[in-house]
Amino acid sequence: MINAGAVVWAEGAPTLQEIMPAEGVFSLIWLLIALPLLGAAVLLLGGRRTNRWGPYLAVLTVTASACLGILMVVGLMGRGAEERSIGQSLFTWVFAGQFEADMAFQLDQLSMVFVLLITIVGALIHVYSLGYMEHDPNRRKFFGYLNLFVAAMLLLVLANNYLLLYVGWEGVGLASYLLIGFWQHKPSAAAAAKKAFIINRVGDVGLSIAIMVIFVTFGSVTFDDVFGQASEVNEGTLTAIGLLLLLAAAGKSAQFPLQAWLLDAMEGPTPVSALIHAATMVTAGVYLIARSNAIYDRAVWAATAVVVVGLITIFMGAIIGSAKDDIKKSLAGSTMSQIGYMIMAVGLGPIGYVFAIFHLLTHGVFKAGLFLGAGSVMHGMNDNVNMRRYGALRAAMVVTFITFMAGYLAIIGIPPFSGFWSKDEIIHAAFERSPIIGSLAILAAGITGFYMTRMVAMTFFGKARWEDDAHPHESPKVMTIPLIILAIGSTFLGMALLFWGNIETWLEPVVGYSTEPSPLSTSAVIAISLAFVIVGSVIGWISYARREVPIVAPRGSLLTRAARADLYGDAVNEGLIVRPSYLLSRVLIWFDGRVVDGLVNGSAALVGGASGRMRRYQSGFARSYALSMVGGTVLVLLALVLVRLS
Amino acid sequence: MNPSNVVILSAILFSIGAVGVLVRRNAIIVFMCVELMLNAANLAFVAFARMNGNLDGQVVAFFVMVVAAAEVVVGLAIIVTIFRTRRSASIDEPNLLKY
Amino acid sequence: MNTFPWLTALGVLPLIGSVVVALLPKSRPSLAKQVALVIALATLVLTILMALSFDGASTEQFQFVENYPWIPAFGISYAVGIDGIGLVMVALAATLVPVVILAGWHDVDDAASRTTGSVKGYFALILVLETLMIGVFSSIDLFLFYVFFEAMLIPVYFMIGRYGGPQRSYAAVKFLLYSLVGGLFMLAALIGLYVVSANLTGTGTFDYLTLVGLDIDPGMQKVLFLGFFLAFAIKAPLWPFHTWLPDAAAQSKAGTSVLLIGVLDKVGTFGMIRYCLPIFPAASEFYAPVVITMALIGIFYGAFVALGQHDMKRLFAYSSMSHFGFIALGIFVFTTTGESGSVVYMVAHGLSTAALFLTAGFLMERRGGSSLISDYSGVNKAAPVLAGFFLFAALSSLALPGLVSFVGEFMVLLGAFQKYMFVGALATFGIVITAAYVLRLYQKSMTGPLLPALEGMKDLKGREIAALMPIAAITLVLGLFPAPILNVINPAVDTLMTTIGVTDPPTTLNPSTTAEGTQE
Repeated sequence: MINAGAVVWAEGAPTLQEIMPAEGVFSLIWLLIALPLLGAAVLLLGGRRTNRWGPYLAVLTVTASACLGILMVVGLMGRGAEERSIGQSLFTWVFAGQFEADMAFQLDQLSMVFVLLITIVGALIHVYSLGYMEHDPNRRKFFGYLNLFVAAMLLLVLANNYLLLYVGWEGVGLASYLLIGFWQHKPSAAAAAKKAFIINRVGDVGLSIAIMVIFVTFGSVTFDDVFGQASEVNEGTLTAIGLLLLLAAAGKSAQFPLQAWLLDAMEGPTPVSALIHAATMVTAGVYLIARSNAIYDRAVWAATAVVVVGLITIFMGAIIGSAKDDIKKSLAGSTMSQIGYMIMAVGLGPIGYVFAIFHLLTHGVFKAGLFLGAGSVMHGMNDNVNMRRYGALRAAMVVTFITFMAGYLAIIGIPPFSGFWSKDEIIHAAFERSPIIGSLAILAAGITGFYMTRMVAMTFFGKARWEDDAHPHESPKVMTIPLIILAIGSTFLGMALLFWGNIETWLEPVVGYSTEPSPLSTSAVIAISLAFVIVGSVIGWISYARREVPIVAPRGSLLTRAARADLYGDAVNEGLIVRPSYLLSRVLIWFDGRVVDGLVNGSAALVGGASGRMRRYQSGFARSYALSMVGGTVLVLLALVLVRLS
Repeated sequence: MNPSNVVILSAILFSIGAVGVLVRRNAIIVFMCVELMLNAANLAFVAFARMNGNLDGQVVAFFVMVVAAAEVVVGLAIIVTIFRTRRSASIDEPNLLKY
Repeated sequence: MNTFPWLTALGVLPLIGSVVVALLPKSRPSLAKQVALVIALATLVLTILMALSFDGASTEQFQFVENYPWIPAFGISYAVGIDGIGLVMVALAATLVPVVILAGWHDVDDAASRTTGSVKGYFALILVLETLMIGVFSSIDLFLFYVFFEAMLIPVYFMIGRYGGPQRSYAAVKFLLYSLVGGLFMLAALIGLYVVSANLTGTGTFDYLTLVGLDIDPGMQKVLFLGFFLAFAIKAPLWPFHTWLPDAAAQSKAGTSVLLIGVLDKVGTFGMIRYCLPIFPAASEFYAPVVITMALIGIFYGAFVALGQHDMKRLFAYSSMSHFGFIALGIFVFTTTGESGSVVYMVAHGLSTAALFLTAGFLMERRGGSSLISDYSGVNKAAPVLAGFFLFAALSSLALPGLVSFVGEFMVLLGAFQKYMFVGALATFGIVITAAYVLRLYQKSMTGPLLPALEGMKDLKGREIAALMPIAAITLVLGLFPAPILNVINPAVDTLMTTIGVTDPPTTLNPSTTAEGTQE
């Protein structure tokens, strides 16, 4: 067994960076969050007055944050590698006894890449939404919620302690709740929103308890204090913290066993699915684990659990994605699967962290592109999401088609598109840890090829199976321009980050980086995974482009039917948790009314009944009163006599 | 004369009064029986004052007489009123003062 | 400057106000409302001025102390003074009263209420209640506390019994009897305490600080503790003494419910902190496991029962019972974070209850007073502002991070976890069920298709927004910047911890210096 406090993955574990005071442009870290927050406040409190210009203000605040973020990354690059962690403390937030949590921010290499992802992709999606939501009567609210989301997400990645991170964590959950249920008049949307929030709350229990364990162990919840002293804590405690944080991550990132909400979350408007349920919020779990690397590096069981959860979800997501006919749900399955890759990668330790974040960034861009592309398709098809009623759309919407193909090639991992680089690095790292994990990762890559090809084939190729009133048309420029920018990102971001940005060296001071000998050479990994992807894609192509796609879904195999039912995730939740809860609730209501209140009312009735009997003696006959008086007197006298005598 | 005889007499008078209150229906007679009990008590007070050799008992007897006089005034007034409304002096008739 | 009798002035002002309101002619109800509002606002201003001159760093436990002999033969005096905990509770009461008056402007205008009570009577009762609430939180003489504690029942009894729903008299009598039973136990324990103090010091007294200083025999403590605790547990209410609350809440006007649950019930938990713990430290520790079990049962019991309710007001009542479980848990784990958290939670719960009941009240007013959840659907479409406030109140009730209820809840859970890891972890699961019942309510009533009967429903008016806005603002500001209340609560909690002689369990790494002292 490993001794208490032993570093399991000493190799490549980072040393704690010194935190620099916030100077120059960095004194504005708070403004990154404050700008979108202000936007949200103005839009949500301003009422109808802001209907006309509100959405533009929302775009402006996020863009301003993005510009500020770019200024900061330039500033960070100008500094030495060891001076890139910057702290800013505003005030002491919660304090009592020994407990203290500050309203304080920490901007380092890890937060920086997240800030860029959130603000830039966020800004693009805001712009896209100007077009997508143009005719919605509640457009102002939509932009207010989006701004709120951006602010909360930035708070999540900029917080310097776990408790403040929790605020951002729930803030994004709230924004997600509001946006999934944005079309509240649809009962399905409202139900999906509630479901997402409640399942996330289960994850939050994990985060809450993790924070408590951290405090009673370290006496502090600040990242710096915790990571600096992680080596002094025994492995059992660290494993507990690691597993609890994994529960939190599973909730937010829709990992097994808390995955059920993500597919329903597609009830929200498509830009929301792109921003929150593909690019940013659902990757918060990956951030949480990568940020807590000092804990996982010393808790090998917790890290192994992370890998297992990631692997299970990779396959669950891929299988669901392969069976769904709803384009957004199919993409959602794909998101689950891709985040599964990231979660698996962060479970690998220092050999995986940087590539998990790398994949997170490329995925954030190409998946946002894919979702927005799907939104553009829906926009042209009367908001129909059923891929069986698409087909042959490539001629009708050229820009959407081309940009979607960029995202497609990126996600299945064809070189030189961005997904290739990041996924390949993850598979390579998986092989370094264990051939089994690596093989499974490659197999899943093959399935990715299948379901994405299926989607593209059903949507853009084959014969037109449109509904009678469908008149496919290209979306307006305000929607296609973000698509083009994201497509460019899907194409080049991988290369840019790897060769020009040196993502490993950039992130290494925060999350650590190392390599281990691998049973397979890099080129072998590339060759095998490409082979699997191509096989998967060819099968998908033959099944869905060469053959006629039936408009009504065939019954399908057992697995297909299971996948259409989200692998019975809802059924399990319903049977194991929801129904028993309501049953318990009914039993307790009965108990409360009959037993507890019954006792109370029963004793009241007892007193009432007894006094009812007693008052019968008040007969109104003066002489019977006189008799009882005499009788009483006699009794008293007798008693006195008896006392005297004895 | 032996004062204890007087006490016995007072006890007998009191008992007669008490029984009268219990068994008679006519309000006037009940009232007189109450007076009888009061006077029995007075007799006992006086007798005890004599036995103890001080005046306390006699003083109380005067108080009782005053109270009894006041009581007669109020009581007779009530009886007369009831008799006027109910045409009866039976004390079992007005039994409205019940639960 | 401390010579100004702040607390007496604060208590007398609403009392005078109530007399004035009661003497106004019955034919001019709106004048009565205006006068009541002005008086309540003046009290609020006075409270703020007092809070500003409160010295958080003072070494004295109580400030603004006034002490005049009242019944010297029994050591009873009119003694008032407040510490940080009392201050925030007084501030809570003074904030909610004007809000309730403003929100309940037309609550008693309807014919049903006017047959049993006058409009001015309702507002006069609110002001009387304010006086008593201020008195109960600032007494430092136990007898005086008892007088206020019991006197509070009178205005509330009339507020429920005269201005309530169809079953109001059942609810009012149930409330009264429950409270009186608790009060009786407390009276007995109070007399016992007097006798004990007479035996120990020679002269019996009801003076709080003297009683705290006494070294009472542990066996005696256990008996006397029960008397006080029962009264407070009924008032709070803790499981299983809670069944009066759903009836009272369901039958009373929204404003009455706010004052009843938001402030009045806090007297129970406040009493546990102020009286049970410091006067009977040994007994408190002895009974702690029982109370913690009751609190835990209450948390889950209340939440599960709330999950299946068909009536909004009863749902809120059961949710409050669940929240009171959290508060009691924080009090009886004896950690600094737990105690501070409980006080913050009391404030937070006052605010969130007020927001919930008032918004629900506005909602019901627009639907002929029905509080059945199934009578509402899709309100969001017709009245978005109302739905927005409703959601905010719901989020505040489920302790969304960033709101003050989260600060309280997290501190309570952390405090529990520090002492009893299992209890803290178990209680944390309560947050899932809370989310479930709160969001179920929101989903059923506010979302979905608009019910035809609600067609043309009016959104919130200016007056109603003005009543809700301050609560929402305070909830949010204190959630992000709780220092103003923590700064006054923490010193009081430190004093409490020293009084009962308990220190926090040390953390594995970096134990604080005080904790180290106890380890050695």
